[in-house]
Amino acid sequence: MSNLNLTLKIWRQRNANDSGKLVTYKVNNISTHASFLEMLDILNEDLVKKGEDPVAFAHDCREGICGSCGCYINGRAHGPEGGTATCQLHMRKFKDGDTITVEPWRAKAFPVIKDLVVDRSALDRILQKGGYVSVNTGAAPDANEILVPKPVADEAFTGAACIGCGACVAACPNASAMLFTAAKISQLALLPQGKPERYRRVEDMIAQMEDEGFGNCTNVGACSLECPKQIGQNHIARLNREYILAKTFNPPKSNEVEVI
Amino acid sequence: MLDAKIPNGNLQDKWKNHSFNVKLVNPANKRKLDVIVVGTGLAGASAAASLAELGYNVHAFCFHDSARRAHSVAAQGGINAAKNYKNEADSVYRLFYDTIKGGDFRAREGNVYRLAEVSVKIIDQSVAQGVPFAREYGGLLDNRSFGGAQVSRTFYARGQTGQQLLYGAVSALNRQVDAGKVKLYTRHEMLDLVVIDGVARGIVTRDLVSGEIKSHAAHAVILATGGYGNVFYLSTNAKGSNTTAIWRAHKKGAYFANPCFTQIHPTCIPASGEYQSKLTLMSESLRNDGRVWVPKKVGDKRNPLDIPEEERDYFLERKYPSFGNLVPRDIAARNIKEVCDEGRGVGPTGQASYLDFAESIARLGEDQVSARYGNLFEMYEKITGENPYKTPMRIYPAVHYTMGGLWVDYNLQTTIPGLYAAGEANFSDHGANRLGASALMQGLADGYFVLPVTIGDYLSTLGFAKVDGNHPAFKQAEDEVKARINQLINIKGTKTPDELHRALGKIMWDKVGMARTADGLKQAIAEMKQLKEEFWKDLKVSGTGEELNEQLEKAGRTADFIELGILMAEDALHRNESCGGHFRLEYQTEEGEARRDDENFMYVAAWEYQGENQAEKLNKENLVFESVKPSQRSYK
Ligand SMILES: Cc1cc2nc3c(=O)[nH]c(=O)nc-3n(C[C@H](O)[C@H](O)[C@H](O)COP(=O)(O)OP(=O)(O)OC[C@H]3O[C@@H](n4cnc5c(N)ncnc54)[C@H](O)[C@@H]3O)c2cc1C
Ligand code: SF4
Ligand code: FES
Repeated sequence: MSNLNLTLKIWRQRNANDSGKLVTYKVNNISTHASFLEMLDILNEDLVKKGEDPVAFAHDCREGICGSCGCYINGRAHGPEGGTATCQLHMRKFKDGDTITVEPWRAKAFPVIKDLVVDRSALDRILQKGGYVSVNTGAAPDANEILVPKPVADEAFTGAACIGCGACVAACPNASAMLFTAAKISQLALLPQGKPERYRRVEDMIAQMEDEGFGNCTNVGACSLECPKQIGQNHIARLNREYILAKTFNPPKSNEVEVI
Repeated sequence: MLDAKIPNGNLQDKWKNHSFNVKLVNPANKRKLDVIVVGTGLAGASAAASLAELGYNVHAFCFHDSARRAHSVAAQGGINAAKNYKNEADSVYRLFYDTIKGGDFRAREGNVYRLAEVSVKIIDQSVAQGVPFAREYGGLLDNRSFGGAQVSRTFYARGQTGQQLLYGAVSALNRQVDAGKVKLYTRHEMLDLVVIDGVARGIVTRDLVSGEIKSHAAHAVILATGGYGNVFYLSTNAKGSNTTAIWRAHKKGAYFANPCFTQIHPTCIPASGEYQSKLTLMSESLRNDGRVWVPKKVGDKRNPLDIPEEERDYFLERKYPSFGNLVPRDIAARNIKEVCDEGRGVGPTGQASYLDFAESIARLGEDQVSARYGNLFEMYEKITGENPYKTPMRIYPAVHYTMGGLWVDYNLQTTIPGLYAAGEANFSDHGANRLGASALMQGLADGYFVLPVTIGDYLSTLGFAKVDGNHPAFKQAEDEVKARINQLINIKGTKTPDELHRALGKIMWDKVGMARTADGLKQAIAEMKQLKEEFWKDLKVSGTGEELNEQLEKAGRTADFIELGILMAEDALHRNESCGGHFRLEYQTEEGEARRDDENFMYVAAWEYQGENQAEKLNKENLVFESVKPSQRSYK
């Protein structure tokens, strides 16, 4: 395969207070086997050599599992390929002469730190409000004591697979974190281990989500389309059900009761 | 001679007795004690959560923007535990035995037995947290066999076991953050250890967003900062994985054990060009059905499908007729490198061998092959753009895991009192070679079950006064860190951190990699010393210290990697034997197997820092085998 010459339009913003703008760069002779982030590495090496400030972007595992990476590429979260995190995107998806626009996630709850790097700590604060089972180390019964039907475990896994990248928020016209929040609530609501705290969990996590300035979910569905782990709308449906149960029956929070 | 403080008594009773004999801290006093945990991978997150549950004030640090992104998240295959759910006569003793033998008799019996013993509780704990392990239709947990073990003792969650275990541990950590018992510092990099009167008292960190340098005081410090495989530049580790925390601790007095013990995984997707930034693992299981070959002729650039059978060299099948493609990791890796060095490597870079499924597809059908390896084939195609059903995969070995690390005693305490090391950052349990699915087990064993017991023993002796953060040692350590950052920024040379890191990686891979020789190692040491000089003369870092600056982060880490590289080569040079992942060409049997020298090298090499550019001092911990008799590994 031949190599690519490309025009990049990259969002440059020094820090949270800077207004930021798109800056145009040329990169030449990019192998189609290189990954998208390797293409940015090449640009950065070049910029450093020229005494310019390299482009800040988040990354770590570069195999689609840590959730660090993520930017808007030509108007799509994580770029043109479905079910793919930015780090797994390869340059063979582009053509010689292409212009590629690269921007950070845009959401009120994700302030820009620098260039393409945003602050996603709001997602962690949602998880810290109940995205766990209250079990101390050493207090667990034998792992096979509680049976979990295979389909239930498998379905819980599909929610648990969320890598916390934030693409769902970025893809959503309302910048809602519903899919992210639902993935965790759904996982723990399905499993017997998570059931005792389910009502408190859903109420607390949703409250935190709202406090963080994420928008409301209006069932657009863009989140699932852009999610690199292809987490489905079924999890949002389960979250809604959990929430309605928690609100309708208003179970006492400190002394959980099974409603259904 | 180093004392590992292994408790007396029968192997089976050591940990029980020790747990009973340790001194306890009264619950009311625990809240007066501060513990710093650096790292939120499996080892760090599990330790931080468990210590906070006990009542200590925990301060947890990671350089990632979220605790959940620690590199443990990338582990695929699974986690071992001696549950014997399959009625296969598995037991704590068998897991212990397999681990000792797999480590080529270079690990401590006491530690490894404890590891096997607590392994069962790890699975219980994770399941209780809501980790969705694979299940059978009856609702029970599923197991698979892994890494050549004869029993199925590996628990897994699809190909994302590390991710799920980490999210479980991080959820426990989050619960303690919510409870106010853990203060979590993300995007903070530890750049030095504070030692006062020989005792660890805190750390110095850089806030990676603001650049602020700050010190933090505590009664004890735990380093759970992961492995140092990135000293080779290219490895299966994440880009940020580094040695800085343990290396700086080493320079403050913590001994570094067996630095040269590195695991190289034979089947990774090869580098495609100079720009390559990391390597991706392809599961070991592929060798069950794939055949490894290269062309017989040097420089044969034909399409693999055009190369007739008789012009192919199935070199593993040829050299190891009984094991064939299933020889152990180290043998496979070394042979692949050898044929590439002969100029018979394939693909655009010539640094690869084929892993061919044509015969399996003909025998089993594409559906069957897809059922076994579909997700791996897909991942391969995403990265290479080639369809492995149609054309053979290309694979090449890559650095994967480091068995060496900070020396710790049975309590996981380093040679600096008050400083502990856990997970891949310590050297404790895997000897010269780690078995598949055992790193996750060890990280969680250290964090959930070992440290909460052993650290209390230490803390109970300290008294409960707050550690005085105003002690001049803190300010001094901060000043040193600041001076070093300024130095890095002010070199204003011409080479980027990545360029220098790549140069280091090349030296390490060529001469301190899979096949080592005394001459090569000596050359490597000379070249790395030169590289170190070049680094401090010609480095170019853009930007300032007061902002998010990845170039600066990389520069600091590369500087530490160069020094560690030199020590790894020294360690490899001194160890005049081959064992596990350490292969010296001079020490092999006629069949090309590792030749151990138990008479002279049955010890842990623990290196002691002696000052800038000084040769390090070798300390030894003799290994005693009371339960297992060391024997020669054999692949016949
Ligand atoms: C691709 C791959 C697949 C693997 N598959 C398996 C498997 O199937 N089974 C198995 O058992 N093992 C596997 N392993 C090995 C295993 O994943 C690791 O050994 C283990 O997860 C390491 O855990 P840890 O907690 O020690 O460190 P990590 O998970 O690496 O965590 C390190 C932590 O330290 C922090 N940190 C590091 N330096 C600093 C610093 N200076 N300041 C502040 N914070 C710092 C990081 O932010 C991070 O939180 C695999 C490894 C790889 C690379
Ligand atoms: S739900 Fe999907 S898109 Fe959203 S954070 Fe999780 S993995 Fe990313
Ligand atoms: S860098 Fe880890 S998911 Fe992309």
